[in-house]
Amino acid sequence: MTQASNTSNQVMWNRLLAVVEQQGQALIRAAFSPIVRECGDISAGIFDVRGRMMAQAVTGTPGHINTMAEAVVELRDRFPIQTMKPGDIYVTNDPWIASGHLNDFLLLMPVFYRDQVIGFTSCTSHLVDLGGQGMGPEGSDIFDEGLRVPPCKLLDEGEVNGLLLDIVKANSREPIANEGDIYALIACCETGAQRLVEMMDEFGISDLEDLSNYIIETSRQGTLAAIAEVPEGIYDYALKVDGYEQEIMLKARLTVERKQVLLDFSGTSGCSQKGINVPLNYATAYSVFALRCIIGPDIPNNAGSLEPFVVSGPEGCILNAQPPAPVAMRHTLGQMTPDLVYGCLCQALPDLVPAEGASCMYDLPMRSAPEVAQRGGRVFALEPAHNGGTGARPGKDGLSATAFPSGVWGSQVEITEAMAPVLITRRELRTDSGGAGQYRGGLGQRIELQSANGEPFDVFLSVERIKNPALGRNGGSPGTAGRIRLQDGPDLPGKGEVRVNAGDTLIFETPGGGGYGDPAQRDQSSVAQDIADGLVSSEAASKDYQQMEGQDDV
Amino acid sequence: MTNQSQLRIAVDVGGTFTDTVVMDAANSVIASAKTPTTPANPTLGAKLGVEQALAQTEHTLSEVTGFVHGTTLATNALIERRGAAVACVTTEGFRDILEIAYERRYSQYDINISKPDLIVPRRHCFTVPERILADGSVHQALDESCIDGLVASLDAANIEAVAICLLHSYANPVHEQRLRDLLLARRPDLAVSLSCEVSPEAREFERLCTTVANAYIQPLMAGYLASFASSFASDGLQCPILMMTSGGGMTTIDTAARYPIRLVESGPAGGAILAGQVAQKLAEPEVLSFDMGGTTAKLCLIDAYRPQTSRKFEIARAERFIKGSGMPVRIPVIEMIEIGAGGGSIASVDRLGRIQVGPQSAGSEPGPAAFGKGGDQPTVTDADVALGLIDPGNFAEGRLQINEAASHAALSEQVGQPLQLSAVGAAEGVSQIVDESMASAGRMHAVEAGKDLSNRTMIAFGGNGPLHATRVARRCGVNRIVIPTEPGVGSAVGFLHAPVSFEIVKSQYATLDGLDVGALNTLFDSLIAEATEVVRAGSPQAELTCRRIAFMRYRGQGHEIETPLPDRPLETRDIDALRRAFEEEYSRQFSRAVPGMIIEILNWAVTVSTPPPDIDPPTGAVDTQGVEPVGRRSIRCEVRGETVDADVYQRQLLKSGAHLTGPALIVEPQTTTFVSSDFNAEVLGSGALLLTRHSGGLTQ
Repeated sequence: MTQASNTSNQVMWNRLLAVVEQQGQALIRAAFSPIVRECGDISAGIFDVRGRMMAQAVTGTPGHINTMAEAVVELRDRFPIQTMKPGDIYVTNDPWIASGHLNDFLLLMPVFYRDQVIGFTSCTSHLVDLGGQGMGPEGSDIFDEGLRVPPCKLLDEGEVNGLLLDIVKANSREPIANEGDIYALIACCETGAQRLVEMMDEFGISDLEDLSNYIIETSRQGTLAAIAEVPEGIYDYALKVDGYEQEIMLKARLTVERKQVLLDFSGTSGCSQKGINVPLNYATAYSVFALRCIIGPDIPNNAGSLEPFVVSGPEGCILNAQPPAPVAMRHTLGQMTPDLVYGCLCQALPDLVPAEGASCMYDLPMRSAPEVAQRGGRVFALEPAHNGGTGARPGKDGLSATAFPSGVWGSQVEITEAMAPVLITRRELRTDSGGAGQYRGGLGQRIELQSANGEPFDVFLSVERIKNPALGRNGGSPGTAGRIRLQDGPDLPGKGEVRVNAGDTLIFETPGGGGYGDPAQRDQSSVAQDIADGLVSSEAASKDYQQMEGQDDV
Repeated sequence: MTNQSQLRIAVDVGGTFTDTVVMDAANSVIASAKTPTTPANPTLGAKLGVEQALAQTEHTLSEVTGFVHGTTLATNALIERRGAAVACVTTEGFRDILEIAYERRYSQYDINISKPDLIVPRRHCFTVPERILADGSVHQALDESCIDGLVASLDAANIEAVAICLLHSYANPVHEQRLRDLLLARRPDLAVSLSCEVSPEAREFERLCTTVANAYIQPLMAGYLASFASSFASDGLQCPILMMTSGGGMTTIDTAARYPIRLVESGPAGGAILAGQVAQKLAEPEVLSFDMGGTTAKLCLIDAYRPQTSRKFEIARAERFIKGSGMPVRIPVIEMIEIGAGGGSIASVDRLGRIQVGPQSAGSEPGPAAFGKGGDQPTVTDADVALGLIDPGNFAEGRLQINEAASHAALSEQVGQPLQLSAVGAAEGVSQIVDESMASAGRMHAVEAGKDLSNRTMIAFGGNGPLHATRVARRCGVNRIVIPTEPGVGSAVGFLHAPVSFEIVKSQYATLDGLDVGALNTLFDSLIAEATEVVRAGSPQAELTCRRIAFMRYRGQGHEIETPLPDRPLETRDIDALRRAFEEEYSRQFSRAVPGMIIEILNWAVTVSTPPPDIDPPTGAVDTQGVEPVGRRSIRCEVRGETVDADVYQRQLLKSGAHLTGPALIVEPQTTTFVSSDFNAEVLGSGALLLTRHSGGLTQ
């Protein structure tokens, strides 16, 4: 390949990246699901005829990173290419093929150029409701969690499969929103296909083979070069998490070799009875995301940049849950896997890996109590998302009340109160909740809320780090654990249902991130500034940062 | 309305230059001046510009009947953090609205980001006991006993300006107003901004940010505006000065001094107004304006001669222009996408062997390698030099000798060697990458607005716009390009096309089915009265038009669709028509409407405006004679991928009606128009150039 054609390949690569971003944006704007709107829980990708991913949108949540790449290969293998016709689109929401739980629908569309299939477009979006017990950890198996659609045709030569759509709608509490989201997905696939064809016309190419080879090989080489900077070795770590019925041990072994990075979850606890289990595709997505934040973050996601990362786990462990395990809330533990991975990686790269953070998002799904509806009262359902602090970074403090690894947007008090009869009486940072360190962990926040109209409502919790706070790194202290309770009542577990009656105040405190490095090494002016800003109390400062009392003891 | 003005002046104070334009009774530009901006006291540069421009005419300042001013001072004060010591006051329990923000990182893979600096440190964030609910009812009265403690805290921190943002104040402003009265009674010199006035919209974070930004620059801008006005008045100016706003309208000095946040980005707004005006003159209903300067490129969609507007803007985005990395403010703005691609943008090769261009810029110091001022990084301008598109002896009116060898050397060293390309090959690569990234930005911008770029007409201006227009247009599927006259002072010319207007957006939640039209009409009456008062101050007699807008969406969605309302009190029977209008626009954007969904409205907007000045300069005589080039240059043709000869024309010598074919270069003092070999050019009656693409096929 000549260099001149490399420039045009690079231009086309940039174009593909722009096309998938455009598809992603269009999908988010049309979405009905709050989680899509607030978190960008979607993805869009372009694949070559072999099913190799060429470009994928960078969206708000990393949960689709590998899942889409693997799902397309699976679907492509199931349906012979010679049977595909222009206008066909395939669909599935199988958690073990698509993206880890039933709400995520994945579509695949073959792209034709001069009567030949030359590639595919694919997209995923989170639908509002698929029946069953709804979004929550209470299902005892996958059948409790709603409707599962095996891989099948959604569009046959442009004609929508009406029966399938009717079945999806008949099995949902939100049939119209589901239909709207499915149409948005179809439009997303079709637009991507059309733009791909236009690009091929414009650049005068008749297949994607050379372009795909260029993208994948360039990315693979770049990723290998980044891996080569990581010391070879075997790094083990175990992360204890709260779990549902009991605490759970997540274990990982990271093996860094010259040409690949292997991650294995052997030794991890078995599945829970409740829907916090994680299919391997989803655990892989968050794990690889965490690795790629440190190793070659500037290289776009595609078959070449993902190939050197191989994730495995024994079947039946909670990070490789098998059907029919319930998996609706797979993101609760899925979002903890970056801390697990970083526990390994920091042994290889101690100066690059942040401390543990709150990690799992602190969303607060709430619904009016069932009896309110029976009385004819105001019925509502709402899912504001909130977060704790991130772990301190080598060289920088953690971020207070900020999502990582997810990309959720926190909800605004005025919007929450306008949408539902709840009154939020406080939303402030928790002083002293960030782990002490040379670099301080991000602070958690304290939210207090009550019923605004004297009617009870229920809150459905599925959060982590109530029992196991975020640990510090390289001598940094842990952040403060999360804490949930009703006014003066006992602390509540992080998972399950909470009734908030008239007069009750739910106090919802998110965890702080861990600190990085020895607190004694913290710059005096930073400590003074934290005290002036009320992020650290002077009592805690004198306890955690002895420098303030002139006891320079290091 | 016909414009009664006899002599009008526009002054655009930019970061580097101050542009002044004078227009006569026949609405022709009769003089213009480009003078250096004087940052220490921008009024001086403006006065020099006005003096120079008027000197080219037979008029004096006292004869001027219209004076429009736009300035980057507000923007720069925010970016360079040169504002007042500002504190914020929020509802007790909500001290951390700024710290918590949207709980989000703006870059998914960058774990080392810093959150945007939102001006007020936590130690200057204070709270007061009070609470208003979403419906505007008072849940807890303002505890006025807090005031002495608050004043003591403000004094202790030497606070000069205060931003007050209490929860749900958009629904009931009484607590904010009372708090202001109490503060001013004790500290009359404080500059106080209220969120219920600056941005009465729900979403406390953005409302507070807007109020903070307003308070931060208010003392500075109020002082500047007062001295600017009195300085020109003492020189003999008789007419009032109107200020250009970010939304593309004009407002009075008094209003500008109260809401200086609305002055940000007024320069680029002028460019978009100009493009809208050019579009109207040419009856081009769908236009893409393309403004490429030395550091950035800005693209804006213009439909039905009205630039696309938005209610949100981000100040001081971090490098790479990443969305979410700046301070969000809610003000009426002309919606543009701005990317770090200009003549000075630096090209490099990343570790994957990919050419990257920008967003780092060589600026004007040291500038591109070609400027010979010590720059050794290759820039977009260097690529254009190496491609032969810039005449080395005739750049910037010959004031700057272009060093071709330096361009070649920088390209060769930084881009060519790593990729085994010649200097010209590297230049071709740089051009392709930067043109593609501008085209991508334009396409993305269109997608976000639910629109399409192809089949639009591009209106290109700015120092580098006419030079890159054909290359960017081709990648956007755009086949027609218009280069207006005076492309280098486009913003200032645009100011003279702007109406006097004021826009207010206010939150009042409703569902379409449950719409209380009585309450809504009352709301509109008060908004219209408020906006009319502001407009009347700047235009006492003109007939006014009013636009009423509802921002509607399906319940559960986050994206609002702007739906125009009739300009009269609503009746219950209008609701069906509103639903149809919403669904029509929704299906245009998203293929199909969704039956059975509840439609809700969170925000309502009113814009009261004078009609834009009706300006149609006389068209010149048509020249049917052939046109003679003034020279020939050897250039690299990006269509054929080979070196070809291009005719060179002087724009001043081209008469209207003249036709020419690409490849050609049309040079004028501030820029060069590159007519690619797949384009023809024609001089229109207005003096604008029309470039039309005649053949397809992008050869690499």
